[in-house]
Amino acid sequence: MFISREELDSEAQTLWTSIKNKALTPKERIAIDQQPMPVQEPSIRARNMQEVAMGYTETQARVEASRCLQCKNAPCMKDCPVSINIPAFIHEIAKGNYADALGIIRQSSILPAICGRVCPQESQCQKHCTMGAIRKDINQGIAIGRLERFVADWQRANEASAPIDNTVKPATGKKVAVVGSGPSGITVAADVRREGHDVTLFEAFQKPGGVLVYGIPEFRLPKAIVDKEVEGLKKMGVHVVPNFVVGRTRKLRDLMDKDGFDAVYIGSGAGLPRFMGIPGEELVGVFSANEYLTRANLMKAYDNAHAATPYYPAKRVAVLGGGNVAMDAARMAFRLGAEEVYLVYRRGRNEMPARAEEVEHAEEEGVNFQFLCNIERVIGDENGVVTAIECLRYELGEPDASGRRSPVPIEGSAFTLPMDAVIIAIGNASNPLIPQTTTGLEINRRGNIVVNPETQETSIPGVFAGGDIVLGAATVILAMGEGRRAAKGINAYLAQK
Amino acid sequence: MFAITAKEQLSADVYSMWIHAPLIAEERQAGQFIILQIDNEFGERVPLTIADANRETGDVRIIFQAVGASTKRLAQMSIGDTLPVFLGPLGRPTEIKKHEGIVVCVGGGIGVAPLHPIAQAMKQAGNKVIVIMGARNKDLLILEDEMRAIADELIICTDDGSVGRKGLVTEPLKEVCERGNISECVTIGPPVMMKFCALTTLPYQIPTVASLNSIMIDGTGMCGGCRVLVGGKIKFVCVDGPEFDAHQVDFDNLMKRNRSFIPREREDHCNLLRMADEKASEQN
Repeated sequence: MFISREELDSEAQTLWTSIKNKALTPKERIAIDQQPMPVQEPSIRARNMQEVAMGYTETQARVEASRCLQCKNAPCMKDCPVSINIPAFIHEIAKGNYADALGIIRQSSILPAICGRVCPQESQCQKHCTMGAIRKDINQGIAIGRLERFVADWQRANEASAPIDNTVKPATGKKVAVVGSGPSGITVAADVRREGHDVTLFEAFQKPGGVLVYGIPEFRLPKAIVDKEVEGLKKMGVHVVPNFVVGRTRKLRDLMDKDGFDAVYIGSGAGLPRFMGIPGEELVGVFSANEYLTRANLMKAYDNAHAATPYYPAKRVAVLGGGNVAMDAARMAFRLGAEEVYLVYRRGRNEMPARAEEVEHAEEEGVNFQFLCNIERVIGDENGVVTAIECLRYELGEPDASGRRSPVPIEGSAFTLPMDAVIIAIGNASNPLIPQTTTGLEINRRGNIVVNPETQETSIPGVFAGGDIVLGAATVILAMGEGRRAAKGINAYLAQK
Repeated sequence: MFAITAKEQLSADVYSMWIHAPLIAEERQAGQFIILQIDNEFGERVPLTIADANRETGDVRIIFQAVGASTKRLAQMSIGDTLPVFLGPLGRPTEIKKHEGIVVCVGGGIGVAPLHPIAQAMKQAGNKVIVIMGARNKDLLILEDEMRAIADELIICTDDGSVGRKGLVTEPLKEVCERGNISECVTIGPPVMMKFCALTTLPYQIPTVASLNSIMIDGTGMCGGCRVLVGGKIKFVCVDGPEFDAHQVDFDNLMKRNRSFIPREREDHCNLLRMADEKASEQN
């Protein structure tokens, strides 16, 4: 049943009145349920681009923060890629000291408004939350991401009283080029600039932000938030250069040899989308999720009245894959006018790598999940345009060497579904552009750049790399973690130079 | 921002522009392309092959046909106007080398523009170059003088015979193949023309290269919109191309895919086309 933000807030207020002046015992804390995230009503939001999750109200945040048991061993910090001091910032929220809470987060993460929205908390911080363990339900753990988001949003609304500290150390005279303005590049730019180095952030697209702008939809991460973070970098003195492809506009080595950069960070991100290699994949109406989402997000194809970039009109859309990108594509399809959206995934619900909240939201919006199912063939008409998909049902077979039960097709289970468009969201290969154009840069079998895991330095001295170009397709927070480490590596490298 | 430094109308709806982009002018090699946008916020990304560049002035030449909403609006821009996006040089450069035999370059319509720097580079590498260029009629023929200056032999064809031979480029191409001693054929033009050029050279086993212009967004190996089938495998025009072995390219699929958005552009985007048309008529 749908509950509005106002109703959730009023429930939280009643609860808050009863607990606000009390020193709660652990038992009392455990008795409080997790505060639900207020959201837009599903049938309405599936047709607009506004953010789905509306964020906790102040009272909800304080109630949620009051649930935290403040464990001495802080199990929640174990799997945070940037090791945020989680109990400490939550404690400040419970007391109403939001500026202090933000200060604690920003010691470890410069993008809380983004990470609070897109991190897979259930497989990181919240996974180990004692409250979740006691309640025997991970969804009853402390909603750490929602609290992180609350603080970041509070700061954006109260900038005058709680300004972000953008001070940097005195100029060192050393120049650093950061290639790619996604989450890892932004992190590196900030951390290296803070040390007083002169930083230039290069972006191939017309707008900075990388996957935060072209990939993650507006309804999950408003672009105004990303713009704000980039503005922050500019205020720190970072030079942001769009429309510049390192490797093509300028060779990476020329940045160092001709343009005087002392160090370079490569955070060029995800590469070419993978396809299935099934018959009919070349048909008109089959898209990679990257293309489908870039049209809609960066190029704003959804804004019919203004955008020159078209999207592909389709009433029935099938998305293949089970990650966040697949969820984004499926939910975007509704917003671009689809009436029926199928999500086809080879394994079961619990094996899907997508964030739990995105799966839940997709379900509420009406995405039809086909688990243990795979597309075998895309069928087209005489003009080469998609008309249907042929699928096969799967079952979980015997556990393999790794102990995982892999799906095996069920013979004779083939069925077809009429379809106008098919979106393939099964991940990315590496981007060949920089390795192709940079001599001496070591890459592995998969085409990812090889780095020293301590410093993120590549086979070329002074050249560092991180994010998807090193990890393959990963998450925003993992890319940020790599960026943090790389920035440390770069700062240490420049200190010796 | 990238300023337009020169503009010229080459034929009924074909325009030449020089854009100030010093880094691209310095780096570009024959066969590479750029992506431009005329509006940073809502513009679409238009890939165009580089027709020429001047390192001294830092200018890059593009030649385009005003056919879609964006190229029509581009055609209405003037010297001093700026483009918010002009990205490049993209794609792998053409492989230029001294061949044993003759290099034959076949261009059709607007495809003559990207063919020009390749013919030029082939000539500079010491090759004997035959250029075959075709157009629907005399008025649509472009770069005749430029090509004449390079080519050891220039053959012009038009569909209506208004200049040069009447007929398709594949006819003189076949004759040239018959004469023998052809080491390589480079073909750029409408996909259907490239398809038939490839079929023409196939029996003579002449290595043939086609430069493909597919649907594209980022142009840097991320979105996958530019995928084509080459030898039955998926290849990406932006990072694997734009040039491929023409005998391996599935041109029929390319033609279908290039039409993916055409019904939509006609119907839903007629407002953009209409605005462009209106502005053009106001100026005239």
